[in-house]
Amino acid sequence: MKKVIALFALMASSLSFAAGGGVHLDEHKTDLGDTASLQRGAQTFMNYCMGCHSLEHGRYNRVAKDLDIPEELMQENLNFAGKRFGDLMSIAMRTEDSKKWFGATPPDLTLVTRVRGGDGDWLYTYLRSFYEDKSRPYGVNNAAFKDVGMPHVLADLQGLQKLGCAPVSTGHDSLTGKEIMVDSCGLAEPKEVLYLAEEGQLTPKEYDTLVYDLVNFLVYMSEPIALERQRLGLWVLLFLFIFLIPVYLLNKEYWKDIH
Amino acid sequence: MSKQKNPIMGWIDDRLPVTVTYEKHMSKYYAPKNFNFWYFFGVLSMIMLVNQILTGIWLTMNFTPSADAAFASVEYIMRDVEWGWLLRYMHSTGATFFFIAIYLHMMRALLYGSYQKPRELIWLFGMGIYLALMAEAFMGYVLPWGQMSYWGAQVIISLFGAIPVIGDDLTTWIRGDFLISGATLNRFFALHVIAVPLVIVALVVLHLLALHEVGSNNPDGVDIKKHKDENGVPLDGVPFHPFYTVHDMVGIVVFLIVFCSVMFFFPMGGGFMLEYANFEPANGLKTPAHIAPVWYFGAFYTILRAIPDKLLGVIAMGAAIAILFVLPWLDKSPVKSIRYKGIISKTLIPVFGIAFAILTWLGTQPSDGDFLGMINNTTLARWLTAFYFGYFLLMPFYTRMEKTKPVPERVTGGH
Repeated sequence: MKKVIALFALMASSLSFAAGGGVHLDEHKTDLGDTASLQRGAQTFMNYCMGCHSLEHGRYNRVAKDLDIPEELMQENLNFAGKRFGDLMSIAMRTEDSKKWFGATPPDLTLVTRVRGGDGDWLYTYLRSFYEDKSRPYGVNNAAFKDVGMPHVLADLQGLQKLGCAPVSTGHDSLTGKEIMVDSCGLAEPKEVLYLAEEGQLTPKEYDTLVYDLVNFLVYMSEPIALERQRLGLWVLLFLFIFLIPVYLLNKEYWKDIH
Repeated sequence: MSKQKNPIMGWIDDRLPVTVTYEKHMSKYYAPKNFNFWYFFGVLSMIMLVNQILTGIWLTMNFTPSADAAFASVEYIMRDVEWGWLLRYMHSTGATFFFIAIYLHMMRALLYGSYQKPRELIWLFGMGIYLALMAEAFMGYVLPWGQMSYWGAQVIISLFGAIPVIGDDLTTWIRGDFLISGATLNRFFALHVIAVPLVIVALVVLHLLALHEVGSNNPDGVDIKKHKDENGVPLDGVPFHPFYTVHDMVGIVVFLIVFCSVMFFFPMGGGFMLEYANFEPANGLKTPAHIAPVWYFGAFYTILRAIPDKLLGVIAMGAAIAILFVLPWLDKSPVKSIRYKGIISKTLIPVFGIAFAILTWLGTQPSDGDFLGMINNTTLARWLTAFYFGYFLLMPFYTRMEKTKPVPERVTGGH
């Protein structure tokens, strides 16, 4: 049994490398129990994302039920397409049109966090990694997804980031022992970093929270049953552990005279 | 039992051998009393088989086997079908645990020589089950119609294309189309839910009938039928029921604890049970960056990749499975159990187990990576492939040469 557990531990540890694809990912500390965060995330999604991205495997009424959103509120403020409460959250944009406009059809996002490594890290990083790039059709590129076709929809909120030279260490001061940092633009291999060049409506911290909530919502969307699954799992394990006691004693009783 | 027989049972027994069969296989089937940890995995495989069949039946009720609807119908099961998520996770986690149980069950046979005379047929039926199970798992993985379903099938079916002359026609015949398509999905669905399960169940019945004909082996590899009491009952045997039924129950509950821990808390198995790319619908125009088979095919996939030539690679992979079938005739040792075999076998059997585990691991990794930062994956794969074949091909020599220990008359240790 130990071997099996070790095997799974090994599998889990290799995962972070497999999913990262070389880009450093910021950790998204998903909290599916934070209903307020999920509600804010749903609101952001409906307002900013759903013009192009569907959630075609999910239904309005399920989201409303799981996120404690009253039917009336959901239908009036979050269901912009005017679909019925029990409908799937699909969109009206035709795939052939969107392919023409963006170069690729914006993918359905119901399962995006599962596709991207099973958690919110990639998406959390991606949505905070847009930067100005005049060579791209929409004027932005993305550090986590090079040459992505998507415009920076949240630019009004975040402002505009630029990719520029980062200070790098060139060694240590022989007297103080402190690292010597220089602007890397002058070096043979400049090291680039994202920085905020134009401020948006939100502070960087507020923007991070907005993205956090949005990603939290999409992690929920990828598996709406996740919390219930874990809750039930605890009961099942509790039952099995208790059941093990009589089973063990029964076995012992039968075998006590066998030598 | 027969003296005060219940009249209804008597009536049935006159027409159908229920009591006799029950006694032959349960209450009067004498199993060695010294089974250890390794002897749980037969019954655990059985539990997983039942799990797969039962959850499979209910999944079938809501799954739509068409290229347009398969992916969405799986998400429908996960979201809209009452308890659908649990059925699906039981089935997907069950596949992994089925293979874990089967691999440990096979390892047990290696350790204690359970394939040796007179149990060759048991081993052959078991290998038949293993082969059918691989086909079953492969076709099952295609059904959700995600990216890895599609491209995994593409890679595996294209292997048949390496066969000279008939290769191309053969792959078309298997796919039912010139590329993986809805036709492939439909036939795999039929094979996965009807044809292959029937074969597996039939082979399991044969596996058990053959086992109960010659009797179970044990960790000492001694024949318990040599020493019987006046009633013809083996002195070192205990009736399977109730002794091993209550004993197996302990193993089953512990196994279920591990199974449920993974299923309820890590249902994706870190991307090894449900691969990330498989949450994206199949797209024949977009190849995933890294195509890997599900972990349980890892060892054979590694052997395939270790050989630089496609045809030779396919032959090596086929040979790696085929050589397992003739294992009973490769082992020339006069003793069965590792406990009494010579130093060479004592060393090689555990090393083989570890080598197989590493080969499995490598199958899930990119071939240009490094193993624990020490050695290139492909280099390691080649060494281990050589070892895999060497272990079996040299077995007739080292098992005959090495000095074995005397085998006791009766089983040791007991319960």
